[in-house]
Amino acid sequence: MAINGKDLISLKNIPAETIKLILDTAEPMKEIIKRQIKKVPTLRGRTVVTVFYEASTRTRTSFELAAKYLSADVVNIAAATSSVSKGESLKDTARTITSMGADVVVLRHPMAGASELLARTVDASVINAGDGAHEHPTQALLDLFTVREKKGRLEGLKVAIVGDILHSRVARSDIWGYTTMGAEVRLAGPATLMPPGIEKTGARVYNDLEEALEGADVVNILRIQLERQRQGLFPGLREYAVMFGINRDRLKLAAPDALVMHPGPMNRGVEISPEVADGLQSVINTQVTNGVAVRMALLYLLTGGAHIEAAY
Amino acid sequence: MKLLIRGGTVVEPVDGRMLEQDVLLSDGRIAGTGRNLSAAGAEVIDASGKLVVPGLVDMHVHLREPGYEAKETLLTGARAAVRGGFTSVACMPNTNPVVDNAALVSYIKNTAAALGLARVYPVGAISRGSRGEELAEMGHMKKAGAAAFSDDGQPVADAGLMRRAMQYARMLGMTVISHCENKELSLGGTMHEGYVSTLLGLKGIPASSEEVMVARDLLLAEETGCRLHIAHVSTAGSVRLVREAKARGIRVTAEVTPHHFTLTDEAVVGYDTSTKVNPPLRTAFDVAAVKEGLADGTIDVIATDHAPHTIEEKDVEYERAPFGMVGLETAMGLVWTELVVGGVLTPLQAVTKMTLHPARVLNIPGGTLGAGAPADITIIDPAASETVDPSLFESKGRNTPFAGRALKGLPWAAIVGGRLVMVERRIADSLE
Ligand SMILES: [Zn+2]
Ligand SMILES: [Zn+2]
Repeated sequence: MAINGKDLISLKNIPAETIKLILDTAEPMKEIIKRQIKKVPTLRGRTVVTVFYEASTRTRTSFELAAKYLSADVVNIAAATSSVSKGESLKDTARTITSMGADVVVLRHPMAGASELLARTVDASVINAGDGAHEHPTQALLDLFTVREKKGRLEGLKVAIVGDILHSRVARSDIWGYTTMGAEVRLAGPATLMPPGIEKTGARVYNDLEEALEGADVVNILRIQLERQRQGLFPGLREYAVMFGINRDRLKLAAPDALVMHPGPMNRGVEISPEVADGLQSVINTQVTNGVAVRMALLYLLTGGAHIEAAY
Repeated sequence: MKLLIRGGTVVEPVDGRMLEQDVLLSDGRIAGTGRNLSAAGAEVIDASGKLVVPGLVDMHVHLREPGYEAKETLLTGARAAVRGGFTSVACMPNTNPVVDNAALVSYIKNTAAALGLARVYPVGAISRGSRGEELAEMGHMKKAGAAAFSDDGQPVADAGLMRRAMQYARMLGMTVISHCENKELSLGGTMHEGYVSTLLGLKGIPASSEEVMVARDLLLAEETGCRLHIAHVSTAGSVRLVREAKARGIRVTAEVTPHHFTLTDEAVVGYDTSTKVNPPLRTAFDVAAVKEGLADGTIDVIATDHAPHTIEEKDVEYERAPFGMVGLETAMGLVWTELVVGGVLTPLQAVTKMTLHPARVLNIPGGTLGAGAPADITIIDPAASETVDPSLFESKGRNTPFAGRALKGLPWAAIVGGRLVMVERRIADSLE
């Protein structure tokens, strides 16, 4: 069984059974990662191209490892951000990708909708690895996988997402993923960083951070970018840390066994205090490992999902 | 040369008549209207079942010449105009160079006149280069034939400059057309700010970006006594502000585009860059308010804001695409389908907002079929229908989100100065 549809652009409208399939498939993939020889021949002869218009070593490496563990050939195109301004269009990149005979394209792009545009243009499967402030579905899937792994379920959990929701593609994908899987999503952050109408997604917006944290099973802390202060979206980093930073005291408001998550990279001492980042409740490192497993599952499913048995 | 239009329903906006009558045109003027007219040697057009209306006037188009001829030229723009049933258009000055002097006004007027298609009325810039720093030579431009003043495409950010522009325009008896946008509020935005922009992750342009400028300009119009025309009203708040201002006696008129009364921000889902316009497509609430404004007379004019771009420019990421969609060749059908069939306006009201009202705002001839008026006529076939096919456009621009949409009520013929320039959506020179 494979995923219906060619691409993974967004988690909106992805049904629960598909998400479950991806998470279930990621479990054996994680087993592969734990082996001494982390390689199965599943995607031999297939080509995965990563195209990053925005630098993100973490995400790119995660996809690259996932492809390599499955024996795919991997090509990285570091589309320098400057080429965007130089006028090299995404369409030109699409032509390059097509002539390379790519089976899967992983696209990171600073503009919302770029992966949808690419998906319309190329025959290859397109995985959205983050497009502007739109979505980052694989990050959300690894979040869901991590929570399910630790909690044994997703349904009925209370998930607090804290910080810059306005610019967060992770938050948008998380909201769809969690609500589809029956979890409750609470959003908290500065009013100037809360996107209008977000409550129509089914998530609840809290004006009071403490209320949002009350009894939460998962606390997902978003990165705050310094640039936002320069844009005048909030008054200052110190004030942010005081009002919205998650420290040990604040975390006590959540359920005693609440998981602390962060999509990285972290600003320690701003949105997350060091003792929370490195504390016992933190699963931030697990998220990174699980990212590879989930991406392996996706590559496998999008390329037809043939012969999973061969992986063992 | 004589032309007899026989058997149509004649719409006369000046006194609100709609009667089955014939219209006789002679020497470029309307010779008369009446029943069973006859004229020896006249060419006869059978208009039975159709509406015979004053030539449609689009007071807000971008024809791109000089400077951006790859997008549109005066020729392709004028062809698109007549195919859309427009016998007169007013073109905005945001060309390259900007139309901020008498020589350019004359150039556009003369070049367009030589084409013998739609009449083209240049709008002169408010400020030099539309940079918003110092007044352009409005007096010279008026003498050369500018129909109004606007820095359209750019808001006039400096309230002091806008105030002086209105004082000066008032002295000249001219209208100032305002593109109402506060750049600090719309900064970086590419679509309406709301739930849909949140879903799509696109930076939004809030309704307040338009409304604060509408409010400012209404206050300045009140103070200066200048005739102010608000371009492309898109929000419920703007409609309310204009309605209140009119009630207070401020000399303000307003226009709305077919796309703003037809589409909502939901059209942006899928990131089709032809939906990227400024002001952006708003919500269903705003669309309803705009329609109410059309119905109660708050909004006087329907104008297209025809803004052609090349395919290359639009075939990019949403945020990189330029703002604007073409409108000349779909306007009449959208007005008929959405507003007349949709029960918002009567045919007479719709025609008035596309003829008499824009002609009055610009103080140009048109908007009447009275004897002696220039023989500019559009014949509309209310029964005709078509599926929008951009490959048939006369405009160089193909950037429309209406491709594939079924429209009713189409311009069937256009006559400029007594000359038939379009029949059945084909330009006269290709008729032979
Ligand atoms: Zn404008
Ligand atoms: Zn315009």
